Amino acid sequence: MKSLLKMTWVEAKLFLREPFGAFFTLVFPVGLLFLFGSIYGNEPSELLGGRGTIDISVPAYTAMIIATTSLMGLGITMAAYREQGVLRRLQTTPVSPLAILVAVTAVLFGMTLVGMALLVLAGRLVYQMRFEGQLLSVLAGLMLGSLSMLSLGFMLAGVMRTARSAQIVGMVLLYPMLFLSGAGFPRELLPATIQKVSAFLPLTYVVNLLRGLWVGESWGQHTTNVVVLSVLLVAGLAISALTFRWE
Amino acid sequence: MNTAVVVDGLLKIYGDVRAVDDISFDVHEGEIFGIVGPNGAGKTTTIECLEGLRKPDAGSMLVLGLDPQRDRRALRGLCGVQLQHSTLPERLKVWEALDLYSSFYEHPANWERLLAHLGLEDRRGAPFAALSGGQRQRLFVALALLPDPRLVFLDELTTGLDPQARRDTWDLIRGVRDEGKTIMLTTHFMEEAERLCDRVAILDRGHLVALDTPEALIASLGRGARVVFAVDGPAPPELRDALERIGQVQIDGDRVSVQGQASDASQLLVDVVSLLARSVVQYRDLRTAQPTLEDVFLKLTGSRSERGDEP
Ligand SMILES: Nc1ncnc2c1ncn2[C@@H]1O[C@H](COP(=O)(O)OP(=O)(O)O)[C@@H](O)[C@H]1O
Ligand SMILES: [Mg+2]
Repeated sequence: MKSLLKMTWVEAKLFLREPFGAFFTLVFPVGLLFLFGSIYGNEPSELLGGRGTIDISVPAYTAMIIATTSLMGLGITMAAYREQGVLRRLQTTPVSPLAILVAVTAVLFGMTLVGMALLVLAGRLVYQMRFEGQLLSVLAGLMLGSLSMLSLGFMLAGVMRTARSAQIVGMVLLYPMLFLSGAGFPRELLPATIQKVSAFLPLTYVVNLLRGLWVGESWGQHTTNVVVLSVLLVAGLAISALTFRWE
Repeated sequence: MNTAVVVDGLLKIYGDVRAVDDISFDVHEGEIFGIVGPNGAGKTTTIECLEGLRKPDAGSMLVLGLDPQRDRRALRGLCGVQLQHSTLPERLKVWEALDLYSSFYEHPANWERLLAHLGLEDRRGAPFAALSGGQRQRLFVALALLPDPRLVFLDELTTGLDPQARRDTWDLIRGVRDEGKTIMLTTHFMEEAERLCDRVAILDRGHLVALDTPEALIASLGRGARVVFAVDGPAPPELRDALERIGQVQIDGDRVSVQGQASDASQLLVDVVSLLARSVVQYRDLRTAQPTLEDVFLKLTGSRSERGDEP
């Protein structure tokens, strides 16, 4: 237990020292919020169901953070640790190599929470963001979305042999998702044909769930999202367990 | 004498490569035991079987009285390990690595003291990526010593180091042995094995071709010491005749080598020099040469030890 806590603490420091990860998780989303906030303000709009740009951007950008930490953070870190022999070295100590997986996951999840908190803070203080949901419900949705996307990242780490290939495949998966799932900007603004494509992107379901819970919709209204994400979580974990190699 | 490691009939096959082919040996407690051989000889495979990282295809092993496969967990707290191909995260600092790894063990050695002992104190805040090759290796030694182990495995510890850093590392390892720990190391440098190890196992293509102290291995060559020198111009025939009464002569252009019977060069040196002093031949660059472990390897395997470059 002591070693797990220490490992988590070390991983958190390593995460913050890695400029890209920290930037895309903590800085970029808030910057984006300020950018679109300064263009559109947060006036209620018909197109967005009577809500402002900021109101719907905060949950969407939270989904963006989830996608970044999962596809870039977890996949690349674990693949790099395997490639550098860090995992192998751990296998020679009494600590279980699973500990590092738990530590990295905990850090990425924690950083997602911090990223979301920064967004909420900026939205509240600068743009009088409206929040009609329930905190616990939103946090539960965040947890489900985050864990199922993390399981996708873990799958990536299992299948990819090197950190470099994990990075490339991660990016190839990440960018279309950011644009087409509604995480980067409202899906309402996309043409209908492209909206159909988004049904195949797991991130879409995270965005839908979070946006819904954010405005106070109940979980009952989101069975599709919950089912898709749960299946992704279970399948991701199962495939990872089968394919992941420590060396 | 107590035994730290017993290996009996170890076999490991990869595809059609017999990486380790039925080898047996014992490692005594408190010695520096070296496995030496060229790249691909099976050194890493052997040592990683003992560490429990690889599962042998046949044979039995006992490490500190435990089975590396069955008693993996117990053994991990007792052995220090440095792996050939393993690094640390680039941005991890020296003190963080030591602090983190010491939290894995129940009774870890004091890492602050290790840091000072290994001369890394002024690098404690440096990220791993900023360390020199020698400093990295010292950090790996420190990590291997963290469990306060009875047995330390070091795989190609000095590969990639400059000669000075290599010598410093030897001193370090001798110091660890003198604390009563057993060291099992691998190297592809014959000279390193000869200078550092108490006993050496020579491995070639998965086979154990010899095992003894470096001195005994060299003596087993039955080859005496040599005196070598260069002469100005071709060596006159009467010099050869005179030298042949002292030892076995080999002349290669202006280079002359005389090999005596004894492994000690002193008497041979006196004989050769007094003969040269009485003759009119001009000579230079005179020195003695002892047979080395490299010669042993050459004789046993018929090939040089430096096969290909170390990855
Ligand atoms: N994981 C592996 N898969 C396939 N072949 C391997 C593996 N590990 C080692 N070998 C082969 O086994 C032989 C011995 O390798 P190794 O033990 O690494 O030698 P050394 O450490 O002496 O350089 C080599 O021919 C190498 O190619
Ligand atoms: Mg090797």
